[in-house]
Amino acid sequence: MNIAIASGKGGTGKTTISTNLAALFAEKQKVILSDLDVEEPNSGLFIEAELVHEENKFKMIPEWVEDKCTLCGICQDVCNFHAVIQLGTKIMIFPELCHSCYACSELCPTEALPMMQKKMGVLKHFDSGNLSFIESRLDVGEEQAVPLIAQTIEYVREKFTDNIIKIYDAPPGTSCPVIEATKDADFVILVTEPTPFGLHDLKLAVETMRELKKEFAVIVNRDGIGNDDVLEYCNTETIPVIAKIPNDRRIAELYSSGKLIYNQHIEVRKQLESIKDYILDLNQSSVK
Amino acid sequence: MKEIVIISGKGGTGKTSITASFAVLGGKNVVVADCDVDAADMHLLMQPDFAQPEDFYSGELAVIDQDKCTQCGECADVCRFSAIPVIDGQYIVDALSCEGCGYCARICPTEAITNVELMVGKWYTSTVKTGGTMVHAKLGVGADNSGKLVAKVKNEAKKISSNTNKDYIIVDGSPGIGCPVVSSISGANFVVLVTEPSVSGLHDLKRVYQLVKKFKIKAGCIINKSDINKEVSKEIEKFLEKEDIVHISSLPYDETFTEAMTEGKTIVEYEKSKLYNSIVESWKKVQLIANK
Repeated sequence: MNIAIASGKGGTGKTTISTNLAALFAEKQKVILSDLDVEEPNSGLFIEAELVHEENKFKMIPEWVEDKCTLCGICQDVCNFHAVIQLGTKIMIFPELCHSCYACSELCPTEALPMMQKKMGVLKHFDSGNLSFIESRLDVGEEQAVPLIAQTIEYVREKFTDNIIKIYDAPPGTSCPVIEATKDADFVILVTEPTPFGLHDLKLAVETMRELKKEFAVIVNRDGIGNDDVLEYCNTETIPVIAKIPNDRRIAELYSSGKLIYNQHIEVRKQLESIKDYILDLNQSSVK
Repeated sequence: MKEIVIISGKGGTGKTSITASFAVLGGKNVVVADCDVDAADMHLLMQPDFAQPEDFYSGELAVIDQDKCTQCGECADVCRFSAIPVIDGQYIVDALSCEGCGYCARICPTEAITNVELMVGKWYTSTVKTGGTMVHAKLGVGADNSGKLVAKVKNEAKKISSNTNKDYIIVDGSPGIGCPVVSSISGANFVVLVTEPSVSGLHDLKRVYQLVKKFKIKAGCIINKSDINKEVSKEIEKFLEKEDIVHISSLPYDETFTEAMTEGKTIVEYEKSKLYNSIVESWKKVQLIANK
């Protein structure tokens, strides 16, 4: 079962929920946590575990072989991303614009643009008891998160069987990285806060999930600040609100020093338990 | 004209609230650009009139004409994005997976595939409550945020600013370090990094600063919620000193931050806020450094 934890707005508590929920599950059963916020991966700051595997992740980009090139110009014509440009008697490649579609490489009549690996980031796999934690981080300067997110999900799927609960900490926003991180999830949990920014971005996230035809529910974090508009919205749209994490400075303080709170705060634990039960119920009915 | 970009690496550090406060303090003398097109929130505080909406086209999508399709399957074979599955015996393009590279359209033997331009969002030039101008956008759901819409918003803001002789463009960037962030900081005169004293805040600040460094842009930092964790706050200060980043200000944790937002106001318009003076001082400092 694949559960993605997402949100439109950044900083609403995706990582807090993902890490603490994973730790709670790990008390009783095997669970996988995967950080898909490859631009700014934070889950690892809260997880103490042993590194068991590490690998570089690559994207494929064309490399110009001058000797074979006849300067026919086809590569430049077929590239929709302006990543291959002919300048005088030279072919210039712009790796950050390349989407690895292979068109230039495979349509080159003289095989002058073979595809080569370019490192875009690193994947790490950690284990601690029942918990396996997989994170990927994009190299600074690399612009495209999507290929790395896709490869990270692939690693998790290949490594672990379907019946294990897998929690994915998604990136913020509503555009391509979020789509990639949620499109194969069985269920999506949207974390929001009860403020105008929280509500506005929740609506965008809900629209996105509906577009993707995903089943989803909402967690309200920092409950007690702002107003009731988020709850009213969820009520009108019949979106289940499966937990409300209270606004408490102590939670912010524990979080700020990289500490998990599931066993430090009674109310948080209660709320996490109800999220866990909700997920287990989903898992049960999906098995049936 | 100076271009000031506010980013944070981590989301939820208070970037937009601080940017909007600067925008209010700058009044008619600034053009605001909301470049967080993925989750644009600044309009909730600036009350733009959405006067001039324009469609934004970017990227392409493959469309298969089923009448011309002979089901040879060559398109699906060359597609590196698994975007052409067979559904009920027909080759269908999955719009969310299609990258619009156009490879399939080029090799289709019966020319059954065309690439169409995609409307990915709208952008607006608005007058805001201060009487100033704001350029902002709304990215369509699930659209490809390649940074092109960000670039569009910024360039329009630049045009307006130079045509009307404004002193500043204030840009609200998005979280992360990917394409939209790269687009929003390129060409800036000064980058303001808004962070919070948490292990994640510091971690993300370091990563996003590596990116700023690549562009060789002068940077300053505002530590928001500075008293949440004094130890990490000190660590951030040390990092700023080591990297020669100007420590603009430290703002203590203050619930009025959210209260103001709930009333649709910026912090500097909210009478109860204790942060008023610190934000005014921060804006003065930012202007001084940007003009150096």
